[in-house]
Amino acid sequence: MTLPVFGRIPLSAVFGTLILAGTLVLFLFGPMLAPYGQEDVLGMPFAEPSAAHPLGLDQNGRDMMSRLLHGARMSVGVSLTAVVISFCIGVPLGFLAALRGGWPDLIGARLVDIVMSIPVLISALVVLQALGSSLPVLIGTIALLDSTRVFRLARILAQGIVVMEYAEVARLRGEGLWWMLRREILPNALPPLMAEFGMRFCFAFLFVAGLSYLGLGVQPPFADWGGMVRDCQQGILYGLYAPLFPAGTIALVTIGVNLVVDWALAGRTTIQGENR
Amino acid sequence: MAWLILQRLGLGVITLVLVSMLVFTGTEILPGDVAAAILGQNATPESLAALRQELGLDSGPVARYLAWASGILHGDLGQSLANRQPVGELLWPRFGNTMALAGYAAVIAVPLAVGLGISSAALRGSFFDRAANVVALATVSLPEYFLGLLLILFVSVQWGLLPSLADTWSGMGLAAWLQATTLPMLVLVLVTVAQIMRMTRTTVLAVMDQPFIETACLKGLPMGRVVLVHAVPNALGPTINVVAFNLTYLIAGVVLVETIFNYNGLGRFMVDAVSKRDVPMVQAAAMVFAAVHVVMNMLADIAAIALNPRLRHPRVKES
Amino acid sequence: MSHVLQIRDLRVEAPDGTVLLHGVSLDLNPGEVLGLIGESGAGKSTVALASMGYGRGGCRITGGEIRLAGTEMRTAPRQTREALRGTRIAYVAQSAAAAFNPAMRLERQILEVPRVHGLMNEAEARVWMTDLFSALQLPDPEHFGRRFPHQVSGGQLQRAMIAMAMAGKPDILVLDEPTTALDVTTQIEVLRLLRDVIRRYGTAALYITHDLAVIAQIADRLMVLRNGREVETGPTAALLDTPQQDYTRLLVAERHGSLTASQRMHNPGKDELLAIEGVDAFYGRTQVLHDVSLRLNRGETLAVVGESGSGKSTLARLIAGLLPPARGEVRLDGARLPPELSQRDNAQLRRVQLVYQLPDVALNPHQTVGEAIGRPLALFGGLRGRALKDEVARLLDQIGLPACFAARLPGALSGGQKQRVCIARALAAKPDLLICDEVTSALDPLVAEDILRLLLQLQNELGIAYLFITHDLSVVRRLADRVMVMQTGRIIETAGTATLFATPEQAYTRRLLAAVPELRTNWLDEVTAAH
Repeated sequence: MTLPVFGRIPLSAVFGTLILAGTLVLFLFGPMLAPYGQEDVLGMPFAEPSAAHPLGLDQNGRDMMSRLLHGARMSVGVSLTAVVISFCIGVPLGFLAALRGGWPDLIGARLVDIVMSIPVLISALVVLQALGSSLPVLIGTIALLDSTRVFRLARILAQGIVVMEYAEVARLRGEGLWWMLRREILPNALPPLMAEFGMRFCFAFLFVAGLSYLGLGVQPPFADWGGMVRDCQQGILYGLYAPLFPAGTIALVTIGVNLVVDWALAGRTTIQGENR
Repeated sequence: MAWLILQRLGLGVITLVLVSMLVFTGTEILPGDVAAAILGQNATPESLAALRQELGLDSGPVARYLAWASGILHGDLGQSLANRQPVGELLWPRFGNTMALAGYAAVIAVPLAVGLGISSAALRGSFFDRAANVVALATVSLPEYFLGLLLILFVSVQWGLLPSLADTWSGMGLAAWLQATTLPMLVLVLVTVAQIMRMTRTTVLAVMDQPFIETACLKGLPMGRVVLVHAVPNALGPTINVVAFNLTYLIAGVVLVETIFNYNGLGRFMVDAVSKRDVPMVQAAAMVFAAVHVVMNMLADIAAIALNPRLRHPRVKES
Repeated sequence: MSHVLQIRDLRVEAPDGTVLLHGVSLDLNPGEVLGLIGESGAGKSTVALASMGYGRGGCRITGGEIRLAGTEMRTAPRQTREALRGTRIAYVAQSAAAAFNPAMRLERQILEVPRVHGLMNEAEARVWMTDLFSALQLPDPEHFGRRFPHQVSGGQLQRAMIAMAMAGKPDILVLDEPTTALDVTTQIEVLRLLRDVIRRYGTAALYITHDLAVIAQIADRLMVLRNGREVETGPTAALLDTPQQDYTRLLVAERHGSLTASQRMHNPGKDELLAIEGVDAFYGRTQVLHDVSLRLNRGETLAVVGESGSGKSTLARLIAGLLPPARGEVRLDGARLPPELSQRDNAQLRRVQLVYQLPDVALNPHQTVGEAIGRPLALFGGLRGRALKDEVARLLDQIGLPACFAARLPGALSGGQKQRVCIARALAAKPDLLICDEVTSALDPLVAEDILRLLLQLQNELGIAYLFITHDLSVVRRLADRVMVMQTGRIIETAGTATLFATPEQAYTRRLLAAVPELRTNWLDEVTAAH
């Protein structure tokens, strides 16, 4: 597709898959791989990278690499949970709306449109201002806001399938709702939904990190990569690379997921054309 | 067609009203006692009572909403809890700053991105196309703070070309303003160009895959003419939607960029207001951002309608 | 006499390496019409497009020589090929709606050809365009070009496409199934005009079609293609009278209609199975059926014939319960059928089954053949496990497919095989009435013939009644006991098949019957003279 083919898989997709695999390892085993603890003060603030500390020390003298490894769970975990919940909400509701049609569909679609009329960050800020930034609120807010986009996609997909003759054949047999959802719609909607899952994860991941960067995301005592950028960003003014490490890690994971999703969608125009 | 446009306008107005309700509900969903949560440690029975009255918490939610909404229509956005000043005075100048920065970025990003998107679609599969796609994909994945910090590190600190903080004030002159805001503008441009370029490319390719393009090629028309005269006009409607969609994404990006560079815009101000629980401020800022989003989408919709030949030249009833 | 087009050993490959053409050769003389016949996948369009130096969908011309107006097209640079397209050779697509730019006025797209190629100035080009419009009998030739594609009818748009192709005064016209998508009555008009234009301006033509009767009217010579290879070439009349190759013989025989009425061995019963009384139906505010009534007996075949917009498919949907009537009722075995699907019980749902036109979308791509057929067996017949598997195998056998197909997904089946599976799926419910909605229209002629044969055989064995919806009158003649002609939602005429074909009463029926091309080269002349 974009790069020379490696077997039947383009180089970019191989690269992306490697990054994904690495992220998974970090997520599962991060804290165990870290040489030092999250909060251990080991030296001067903003110390340069050395053999003992490959990424140097942060603004409090803590080992950057260990904090990154510890923070993986939080960064990846929060966004992953939020996206899984958003799919659990958005997909069934979207399918149902398309199947049932009529008033529930119309009202649901209009409601989703209204919520989507407000930029996600603004909505999130509004809610966070009211309810604070605890982990459940953070995950719940992102999940709900994201579920609107998932709902819209699921609805469009299901509408496209419901008008096919094979869906009509099933209806003519008197098949019930459960059969239609599970056997007719879902298998045919799965590929685009999975690609969308990847894109939604990218978005949620960047979003959580962005909120943490603004100071409104993951709160102490928990630490995630976005928060780490915020904490040591002053170092950039002294020519230090410190904040680029967590920011770069965020960027790398996002690139990886995007490459894989792009490969999955190769040759297929995204339904809504949106990436975030 | 005029009827459709009127419909869209009406829909836009209704959407704004519903959005205002959502914003209001969102800000007022504090569990427990609003006043206590805001005053926290400094709460005394008198100050609590005063604050409750000021926020109008005695009356029910509907009455409060109506009061707030009618206030907006009259230009009264309430009083900031943190600064004790009218929200309007604090908000509008900063809103102007934000729009100026967003406009600066948009004016450069949109033509560049659309041009790149059309070119890579026309040159599908070529080295230029593949390289552009890879670069765009990478850029799209980079968070704004990564790009911002990177630019600050090199352009500001190491090479000393541009300031790292975007300090602006009224009456500073265009040249100085441009110098201050160029780094934040660059970050915004980088992120949006990539997005718009990719989506424009997809849109133009979708048009290029249609049968009438093959017919144009078979008429022996040169490729340039096929793309510019036949493909692009049909891609205009969807492309406008793409641009509008991304410009509203720009709003979210603006919030982050303003924070990185300490730019005195509405985005950064809103983030501060959120951390201070300044309810009227957050409500007003959210409403403004949402309104911009709704209006832009509505204009894009109307433009798409106006450009649709089927709607501009309806089928004539033949006998 | 030099040929306008000379092709030798043409070889074309698809992007994945599949060979589409295995060395095809042809000559085209000035003013001659060469018909390219074959089933889908034979390579007819590929040959025609290759003669313009073009490969659709990334296909590459990998061998052979193509001489157009003295230029070798395969090795010529892009500019040379572009210069020849539109001016020496022009393309007329199957679907005019898809071939015109929806955002541009017709005249701008038509005038583009002579203007961009520098053949005429604006004034001359306009005069030429108006002449073409008149020759093609388009209304108001002076101003017709001002319209947009969506503002004209299908038949008019097709003619406008012919005008666009003629605009560059080409030596050769490539006509890719130009009338296939049109109604019979429109088709005959366009065909006649096409022939007139070709004769008047002395243009040569490559005419691609799978319909032998149509090509017989217009082609001087015929070339039969199959799987990318030439089967036979010869003068039209000779080839149709005495085909040399077996494959050609099959095609000609199929068009003549090898199935005659005597092959229907069954005796349609006298018991009334289906009765429709005074039905009106609406889509929103538009009335699509006006006072429709019909009777169908057990084991009988009633053909419902009409052009697009006649309401025949709407009638099928109404009987199936997908569109409730606004007035009137449907009775099955004397008992009233509830108008809505949701109101019908299992027994009622079972007795009426529907088979669709496009087997590709009638089968769920993620369900195996066995699952598709097995579901109605389980739902209506209550079969499980071993008994279910055996019955699926039996049904597959009945429709002529091996039992191992049960494990296959629809993607691995051909069009004809998929349609058979759809029929088996319908049979699994043990219906009394099978509604066939244009079930052979999307299939190649030989494959379609097999399906019709199968349907007849099944009717002999099982005594099912058929409501056969079609626009193809030749199919009607082979299959139906009685025929019902519809137009714009109304019944024009109902009669026994033989009676209707011999002595049609209504003017529309007569027009319809007259518009069906027959396999005689002078048919079109006769019909034209008769008007």
